Amino acid sequence: MTAVAPARVRKGRGIELVLLLFAVGIVTLAYCNVELAVNDALPPNLLVQVGWLLGVALAFHLVLRWRASYADPILLPLATLLNGLGLVMIHRLDLAHGRDLGSSLALRQLIWTAVSVVVALVVLVVLRDHRVLRRYTWTFGLGGFVLLLLPLAPGIGRAVNGSRIWIGLGPFTFQPGEIAKITLAIFFAAYLVTTRDALSVAGRKVLGLTLPRGRDLGPIVVVWLLSVGVLVFESDLGTSLLFFGIFVAMLYLATERISWIVIGLLLFCVGAYVAYLMFGHVQTRVLLWLHTFSPEALKASDQLAKGIMGMASGGMFGTGLGNGRPDITYFAESDFIFSSFGEELGLIGVFAILMLYVLFVERGLRTALGTRDGFGKLLAAGLSFSVALQCFVVVGGVTRVIPLTGLTLPFLSYGGSSLLANWTLVALLLRISDQARRPEPDPGVRPSSSSEETQVVKLR
Amino acid sequence: MSELTITLMRFGLLALLWVFVFSVAGVLRGDIYGIRVVRRRSTVPAQPGLSRSEQRAREKAEKAARKAQSRLATHLVVTDGPLAGTSLPLRDAGTIIGRNPEASLVLDDDYASGRHARIHRDEVGWIAEDLGSTNGTYLDGERLTTPTRVDVGSQLRIGRTVVELRR
Repeated sequence: MTAVAPARVRKGRGIELVLLLFAVGIVTLAYCNVELAVNDALPPNLLVQVGWLLGVALAFHLVLRWRASYADPILLPLATLLNGLGLVMIHRLDLAHGRDLGSSLALRQLIWTAVSVVVALVVLVVLRDHRVLRRYTWTFGLGGFVLLLLPLAPGIGRAVNGSRIWIGLGPFTFQPGEIAKITLAIFFAAYLVTTRDALSVAGRKVLGLTLPRGRDLGPIVVVWLLSVGVLVFESDLGTSLLFFGIFVAMLYLATERISWIVIGLLLFCVGAYVAYLMFGHVQTRVLLWLHTFSPEALKASDQLAKGIMGMASGGMFGTGLGNGRPDITYFAESDFIFSSFGEELGLIGVFAILMLYVLFVERGLRTALGTRDGFGKLLAAGLSFSVALQCFVVVGGVTRVIPLTGLTLPFLSYGGSSLLANWTLVALLLRISDQARRPEPDPGVRPSSSSEETQVVKLR
Repeated sequence: MSELTITLMRFGLLALLWVFVFSVAGVLRGDIYGIRVVRRRSTVPAQPGLSRSEQRAREKAEKAARKAQSRLATHLVVTDGPLAGTSLPLRDAGTIIGRNPEASLVLDDDYASGRHARIHRDEVGWIAEDLGSTNGTYLDGERLTTPTRVDVGSQLRIGRTVVELRR
């Protein structure tokens, strides 16, 4: 652990407000652009719709002033802008599909945004210190594993488009994997911070790589089995890769041993290859990935091909919002929202969006650097890495870097569970960053401290 | 609405997105420039052409000159050890150095105690105090037994870490 001291601490709430208004301004411009291009007139209820987004963001800002005044000033504007851009694109696809207000996906997304922000604010207000989470290590761990395996349960599990990652309760459907991402990150952080000393004990040295001892391989094998189980039974490479990736990354962060990354990658490759040999649906995914435009692949699904054609027609500057045809691709508002942006904003636009994610992840990692407790460090780094990895899996999937999987792009994609999970993640990061950036409390003069002997304290 | 307006909006949107990205990056400059990483004094190579004793004399003169300017130190700089280069402001209420994550300077050093030493302020200047550490705190090579005044430039060794007070 290191101590890095900023020259002076600025709360940054003013900057946050300015950036927040800027973000809402960009969303307003994009919204007007869509309406003008499609309907040739400004929407009559422009102020109401923009007002909702602004209201939600301002509420968040005020709660930050009240309860976490040293929190990072960048995270909230970034999340607001991404969420707002997602809303605009979903609305644009509503228009293209001719959905009216009752069946409008954008309206539902807006309602979910409000619900998610309320949940995030409750987390911020109730959770005054993130270290409290450490007390419930095993509760979070068990909860995360149950959530992850819930879609397999008969009755409530739903298979949508071949992936069994949904649960249905009455009219509501939910992707529990999104919430599991957070609870498992908390569990991994709390678990690794207590066991990292044992896990970083070196064993033999092979080819210049210090391998861990054989008996320490237990945890990584358990998580590997779980993620292979997800891959095989839920047929979802994305979720599987996400969880295993978060665990390996946090293991590396906790122990500083590159050998864990090597072991993790090898294990994942073995698991993925065996799954490829044994299961037809995995083979279909690989066929779609490697031979997207071949007749066999197009017969199976032309979704990926359409997405790529859309991005190609967008070119450098895009067709402009409302002028492309992103609605031709199925799931253009959720899995393929990146292709939709690629078509209408062009390469320049999607790179700006990718930069927003980069900045978001940078803030998370910066928070991890600034935090002085090991649990907070691991948690902040794990959460921000999960956002980065999820972006990689989604964007890599639609651009044919890796096989396509059914994950959502954080904040941008249509989907209530995704919004809920990611706003909660923002709340947790803000809480940790508040502790990281807050000047230390005065230690005070402890008269007896100089006479005390240093003691060996055993925590466990 | 004319084609021109829509085109203007389209490019305006792209431009604004990038202006947003760069304004955020501008705010983040604090991460790079807001932190003072001070170069270790010992890494400055000895000047050629000066004998050892001449150099020592020069250093002594420099030290005396520094002491003569009786302004107080404001920063604590780590000059040797794993954290070399780290700098943090001294606070009047006291700066705790140790392995405990609650300390102001958190050392990752097996030879340091949880709450190892404290530097605090009285009416005249800074005082270093050993908080009953196992391996002791050394001020310019001598083990601290009582709270002792530290001046700018004097070196405090804790485990494998050497810290120095700077202005």
